[in-house]
Amino acid sequence: MSELSVDHLLGIKYLNEKDIELIFKTADHFKEVINRPIKKVPSLRDITIANLFFENSTRTRLSFELAEKRLSADVVNFSAASSSVKKGETLIDTVNNILSMKVDMVVMRHPNPGAGIFLSRHVKASIINAGDGAHEHPTQALLDSYSIRERLGEVAGKKVVIVGDILHSRVALSNIFALKLQGAEVKVCGPKTLLPKHIESLGVSVETDLKKALEWCDVANMLRVQNERMDISYFPSTREYAQQFQLNKRMLESLNKEIVIMHPGPINRGVEITSDVADAENAIILDQVQNGVAVRMAVIYLLASKINR
Amino acid sequence: MGQRILLNAVEINIILHRLACQLVENHTDFKNTVIIGIQPRGVFLAERIIKILQEEYGITDLNYGHLDITFYRDDFRRGEKPLEANKTKIDFIVEDKKVVFIDDVLYTGRSIRAALTAVQSFGRPAEIELLSFIDRRFSRHLPIQPDYNGRQVDAINEEKVIVNWKENDGEDVVYLVSK
Repeated sequence: MSELSVDHLLGIKYLNEKDIELIFKTADHFKEVINRPIKKVPSLRDITIANLFFENSTRTRLSFELAEKRLSADVVNFSAASSSVKKGETLIDTVNNILSMKVDMVVMRHPNPGAGIFLSRHVKASIINAGDGAHEHPTQALLDSYSIRERLGEVAGKKVVIVGDILHSRVALSNIFALKLQGAEVKVCGPKTLLPKHIESLGVSVETDLKKALEWCDVANMLRVQNERMDISYFPSTREYAQQFQLNKRMLESLNKEIVIMHPGPINRGVEITSDVADAENAIILDQVQNGVAVRMAVIYLLASKINR
Repeated sequence: MGQRILLNAVEINIILHRLACQLVENHTDFKNTVIIGIQPRGVFLAERIIKILQEEYGITDLNYGHLDITFYRDDFRRGEKPLEANKTKIDFIVEDKKVVFIDDVLYTGRSIRAALTAVQSFGRPAEIELLSFIDRRFSRHLPIQPDYNGRQVDAINEEKVIVNWKENDGEDVVYLVSK
């Protein structure tokens, strides 16, 4: 089967194993394309995509825009800061206005969980969720798994620990869904206050001792502490957080094995990860960024092929 | 659905040798020539011809790649089924090279149109030639003709030409299939 089971990419929750396999297979082809002298294919010449960012982003936004342009789609960008949203327009009105200018696909980041799902029910366009609050960030999870697959051969059977602010992280949730779907073992690690209650119900194990978690894993995905989403104090100080949950050289050297280190960015160097570790050979942080473009090209291409003419 | 054999293994072998010979005639030592098999089915033909060039003409230093045209096709979202891509493997630059495209069946010419666009991602070739095993003349949609041709076939649009290769399909044979 060479078709996705969904018309929108709203979350990993809505995908099946075959979808992920198809996305990765397609991404392999696009990875070859973006390493050519001319990194562009004309597939999506007749598709127009709007990037709606109601929340800040550098990497994801650039990555989506590059992916769209390398597929030859027409791209319009929109950021909430400089728009009529400030004048009180509703989300559906904003999007419908954009769609009436003949846009086929919407890539949206929004601070409210479920914004993409809500939109997909009310507007006629293919929606890609580029992050909705603390809910899901499906393309990030896909590129994370793709990078693990590239480095370790496969995702199935691998042990992955996600460290840090699980509570506020859409990357963590999407990653848990994606990794479980592909048959990996997942552990979350962080201060108790930043681990959601009942997270075990998603089929993951919990560890509060970073050293033990690292001893167990093949891959460590280090998350940033999302201070901007914290209305109360979840730990005494950044210094104390770093003392307990920072991945540094000393910690790595104390392990009796090599692990793959990932980070979805942006990195707070010296907090969750130190510079020497982030720039080390077994850190695949920049591979993740490169794979992000290929994976997003695959997602856009596969969804675009389902749009009715 | 009826089918009849257009070419058998012996005839295919003779044609393959003739095509290889014609390539040598024009490209001599292949120093400045690259051979590109068009995915998916042109690759089998390309590999056959390369084998003859290597074994019978001693041409070992040959630049060979395969090109997938899926992302360059002009029927994206127009067909019933989504298009599935194959691997492209071209680890050289075609800048100023003589390029020979190899494909099994030349029908509407749209695949070759796509290949002409696709190959530009690897540089600006000096010239491009086309070798096709079966030329379904009279069914072209575009002004594209082969430079080297295995066999011309007059087939009506409802008919299909199927080229089978031993290494993939178990036997060397060309069928004309009518619905």
